[in-house]
Amino acid sequence: MTEYEVVIGLETHIQLNTTSKIFCSCKADSWDDEPNTNICPICSGLPGTLPVLNKAVVEKGVLLAKAMQAQIRMLSFFDRKNYFYPDLPKGYQISQYDLSLASGGYMDVPMPEGYIRRVNIHKLHLEEDAGKTKNAGNQRLIDFNRCGVPLIEMVTEPDLRSANEAAQYLIRLRQLLRWLNISEADMEKGHLRCDANVSVRPKGSDQLFTKTEIKNVNSIDNIRNAIEHEAQRQIREVSAGRRIVSWTLDWDEEKNELRKMRSKETEADYRYFRDPDLLPLRLSDQWLGDILCDFPELPLERRARFISQHNLPEYDADILTGERNFSDFFEAALGAYGGDPKKVSNYLINDILRMLNEKGLTANQLKITPAYLAQILKMVDDGKINTSTGKSLLDKVETSGESPESIVEREGLGLVSDDSAIRAVAEKIVASHPKEVETYRSGKETLIGWFTGQVMREMRGKADPQLATRILLELLKK
Amino acid sequence: MELCDLTAHEITEIIRSKQASAVEVLQSCLKRIAAVDGKPGSLDSAAESEEDRKKVHAFISVLEEDALQDAQKVDRMIQNGEDPGLLAGVPFSAKDVYCVEGTYTTAASKILANFKSPYTATTIQRLKEKGAILVGKVNLDEFTYGSSNESSAFKPIPRNPWNTAYVTGGSSGGSAASVAAGEVPLSLGTDTAGSIRQPAAFCGTVGCKPTYGRVSRYGIVAFASSLDCPGPLSRDVRDAALMLQAIAGADRYDSTAASLPVPNYLAALEDGVRGKRIGLSTDYFQISYPDPESGELLQKPVPDEILAAVQHAADILRDAGAEIIENVPMPNTRYAIPAFFVISRVEAASNLHRYDGVKYGYRGGKPGDDLLSMYRKTRNEGFGMQPKLRVLMGMYVSGAQYAEQYYNRALKVRAMIRRDFERIFDHKGSYRLDALLTPTTTTPAFQIGAMGGDSVLMQYADQFTVSANHAGIPGISLPAGFSNGLPIGIQLLGPDFSEASLLQIGRAFEKGSAAEPWRTMKPEVLK
Repeated sequence: MTEYEVVIGLETHIQLNTTSKIFCSCKADSWDDEPNTNICPICSGLPGTLPVLNKAVVEKGVLLAKAMQAQIRMLSFFDRKNYFYPDLPKGYQISQYDLSLASGGYMDVPMPEGYIRRVNIHKLHLEEDAGKTKNAGNQRLIDFNRCGVPLIEMVTEPDLRSANEAAQYLIRLRQLLRWLNISEADMEKGHLRCDANVSVRPKGSDQLFTKTEIKNVNSIDNIRNAIEHEAQRQIREVSAGRRIVSWTLDWDEEKNELRKMRSKETEADYRYFRDPDLLPLRLSDQWLGDILCDFPELPLERRARFISQHNLPEYDADILTGERNFSDFFEAALGAYGGDPKKVSNYLINDILRMLNEKGLTANQLKITPAYLAQILKMVDDGKINTSTGKSLLDKVETSGESPESIVEREGLGLVSDDSAIRAVAEKIVASHPKEVETYRSGKETLIGWFTGQVMREMRGKADPQLATRILLELLKK
Repeated sequence: MELCDLTAHEITEIIRSKQASAVEVLQSCLKRIAAVDGKPGSLDSAAESEEDRKKVHAFISVLEEDALQDAQKVDRMIQNGEDPGLLAGVPFSAKDVYCVEGTYTTAASKILANFKSPYTATTIQRLKEKGAILVGKVNLDEFTYGSSNESSAFKPIPRNPWNTAYVTGGSSGGSAASVAAGEVPLSLGTDTAGSIRQPAAFCGTVGCKPTYGRVSRYGIVAFASSLDCPGPLSRDVRDAALMLQAIAGADRYDSTAASLPVPNYLAALEDGVRGKRIGLSTDYFQISYPDPESGELLQKPVPDEILAAVQHAADILRDAGAEIIENVPMPNTRYAIPAFFVISRVEAASNLHRYDGVKYGYRGGKPGDDLLSMYRKTRNEGFGMQPKLRVLMGMYVSGAQYAEQYYNRALKVRAMIRRDFERIFDHKGSYRLDALLTPTTTTPAFQIGAMGGDSVLMQYADQFTVSANHAGIPGISLPAGFSNGLPIGIQLLGPDFSEASLLQIGRAFEKGSAAEPWRTMKPEVLK
C-alpha cells in the first residue's frame, strides 16, 4: 500500500495593531463598535476621497520582514486589486502585487519531536482589509468598520508536511507577532487569519498535486483538525483511485467537519495596476535605521540561547520565551541575581506565571520587579529567609509594592541567626526529649533532622536551619 | 458693464474699498445667470425648445442661499475691518465633480444624481477660507468623459456663449461657459487631457492646468487619477494666478500633492518676457487622426487661422523681448492620444467600480433582486454611453492577457512623451526653453452634434493638450483671437512647477495684444 505525504502551504492575514487604519485616521480596531460607526468618507470609498499611507503600517511590515529574514525592498508599490463585492466599497482593494515590501524569507520552526522545519515565505505584502458581509434571510448586511484596517498578507511555500507542523508554524508566528508588537494575533478576533492549502502525494515524490483550500478557521486547534480531516479525505480519495478536485472548503467548527464552498473555476483576473493615488513607497536608509535600531532578539533565538547559555531544559526555555515581557523579566531578574538560572526559572514558571494568569497582567505590569525577585532569591541563598518565606513574599510584594527586604524587616520574617537564641531553644528541646536523645546517641544519627525540625517549629520557622543543626550536633555529642 | 463682468481682482478691489458689497456682486451674478443661463441641467429629458437653444445652461445647481450667507459674512468682515482673504467676495462656480458638504455632486451622471456629499474638497475649502463665494455647480461631460459636454446626462447641455449652436468644449464646459458669459469671474475645472484648456479656448477664457500635484485632488470625483489636475478658468491671466494662489499647495488628504512651497504667482506677473526662450514645434501644427478604414494614424496641417494665431502670438512675445526658437522637435506628440486612450480608460474603469448601487447614488432593480442583477441594472441604467465605453475598454486593456500589449506599452509611450519635454526644458540642453507655444486645439469650437457621437474622433480634440497630462507639466490656454466669431486659444507649456513663469509670459501676451480689436468683442448671449 502506498504511503502518502501531506503537503501544506499557509496563507495568513495579520491584522496590525496600529492606532489608526492604513489610509485614514479612523481607529484600526472596531471590535467593540456597532456596525458602520467607525468609518469616514475615505475608508467607505466616497467619490473623490484619496488614501494617505499610515507610516506605522510600513514600520510594522518592516519589522516582520526582518524577523522572517526576508529581503526588504527599499522601493515598493501599492496596486489596485479590482473586483466587485458589496463589502469592498471602492470596488478595488489597495494591496501590493509584484513589487511588495519584502521578498523571500523563512522561519525555522522547532518541532516538539526535536527536528527543525524550515518554512519558506512565498510573499509578504501590505494591504487594506475589506468590510464584513452578513447574510440575514434574503438580506445582506454590510459592516464597513473593518474597511481600511491594515493587514500583512504572508503566504508560505508548500513546505509543511503535517497538520501538526502547520499548527507549530502558527504558534511560532503568533508568538513572533506578539513579541514584535505587530499584532494582537488573536485568531478568535480575526487578528490572525489562516487559510490552508492542502494536497497529498506518494511519499518520496516531489511533485505538487491538486490542492484544496480550507478557509474560515478561527483557532490553531481547528486548523490542525481541519487539515487532518482533509488530508485523510484526500488519501481516501486517491487510494480509491479518484481525483482530487480543486475545492474551496469551509470548516464547520460545531460539526467538526469540512463543507465544500465552491469549486474553483478559472483564476480570477484582478487587473492589477499601480494605484495612482499613492506614491511609490520609498524607504530611506535613515527611516529603515530608525525602524530597526532596537530590533529585539527573537523568541526562537532567545530560546536557543537560554538552552546553550543558561543550561536550561527545553521545557523551561520554551516557557521563558513564550511572551516577551515575561522573557525580559527573566533576563533582568537573572542579571540582578547573578546566581543559578534554574532557580530563577523555577520562580518564574511556578509562581510569577501563576500570578500573571490570575491577574491577567503582563510581566512588565507587575509591582514585583525583576530586582525584587532577585532580592528574594539572594535572601534565600544567604539564609536570611527560608524558601517558603521567599515564596510568600511574592504575593506580599505584589500587593504592597514594597521591597522584599523592607517587608522582611518590618514583619520580622528574617531567620534568627543569633547563636544564643537558637542555643537556648535547642537546649530546651534536647532536655525535654531524653528518649530521642538516647536513640540518637545509640547510632540513629538521621534523627538530627527531627531535632532541627523541632527547633524550627519552636521558632516558627525563623531559625537559620543550618545554624540550628550545627548547635544541635554539638549538644547531642555530649 | 455690470459688476458680474468685472474680473476677480477688480471685484476684490471694489469690495475692499467698499465701492460695492459682496452681496451686490453676488446679486449681479445671480441676475446674469437668470438672464442667460436658462433651464438648469437635469435628468429631465424633455426636448429643447427654441428658447433653450439660445441659452448657456452652464449650471446644474445654483446655491443661492449658501452663497448669500457667505457674501454677507464677507461684508460683515469688511465692515469690521477684518480681512476676508485673497478672494474677498469673488463669486465662482465649480465643475460638478467637486464635493461640497451638504450639496449634490452629480458628475453629470444619473448614477450620482442623488449623491449629496458629506464632506468638502480641499480646493473648495481653500477658496471659501479666502473669501470666495461658491455660486453653484456647473455641467460637464458625464464623469468628465468628453470634449464637448454632449455626453452629460444633465440636459440641456451647456452651449457656447459666443454662438449657442456650438459646443463649449469639455469636459469643463460649464466652467468655461459660466466664465465667458459673465455669470461668474472664476470657475474651478479639472483637466485630464485638456478638459480645462480646450473649453477655455473654445469659449475665449483663460484656462490653467497646473503641474500634477500642485493642487490637491481630494474631494474631486476621479477620472484618471494619474492625469487629473484641478485648475482655474478665468477671464484674464491675473485672475488665473489669483485662483491658483488660493488652491495650490500640499494637502494632508492627498499624498500626491507636492510639498514644494507655493511661490507668489502675482509677484512677477508684470515682469515681462525679456530673456525668456519660447519654442515653436511643427509637431503641434499637424493634426493627427486615425484613418477610418485602416486605423493608421494620418496627419494633416492645422487650419490656417489657428497657425496664424500662434505665429501672431510668437511675434507679440518676440516684440516684448522673448527669444523665439523654431522647429523644436516633439516627435512623440502624435502618440499621445492613443496612449491616453489606454491609460485613462484603465484608471477610469477602476475608478468607476465604486458606483455599484450598494452605498450611494442610483440603485437599479428592486428589493429582493440577487446581487448580480442589482449590479447589472444599476450600472446599465445609471451609466451613460461614455462611462460604459470606458469601462469596457479599460477592463480589456488591463486584463492579465492584454496588459503587456496595451497598458504597459502605453506607459512606455507616456515616458517617451515626458522625455520630449525634459529635453526641450533642460537647462543644459540644446533648447533650454522656458515654454513651448502651441495651439490649444486643432480647430475652434465645433457645432453641437457635429461629431455624431464618434468618441474616437472626439478624443482627438485633445491632441495638443493631452501631452502635458502625460508629462505632468503645467499648461495654460489663452484667448488669442477669433475665427468666424468663435474664439481661438493658444497654449503655453512649461517645465514642472513653472506656473509663475507661464503666467508671466501669458500676461505679457495679454498686454501685447490688449489693443487689438478682438479684445472688445462680446459673446452673442450678452448682446
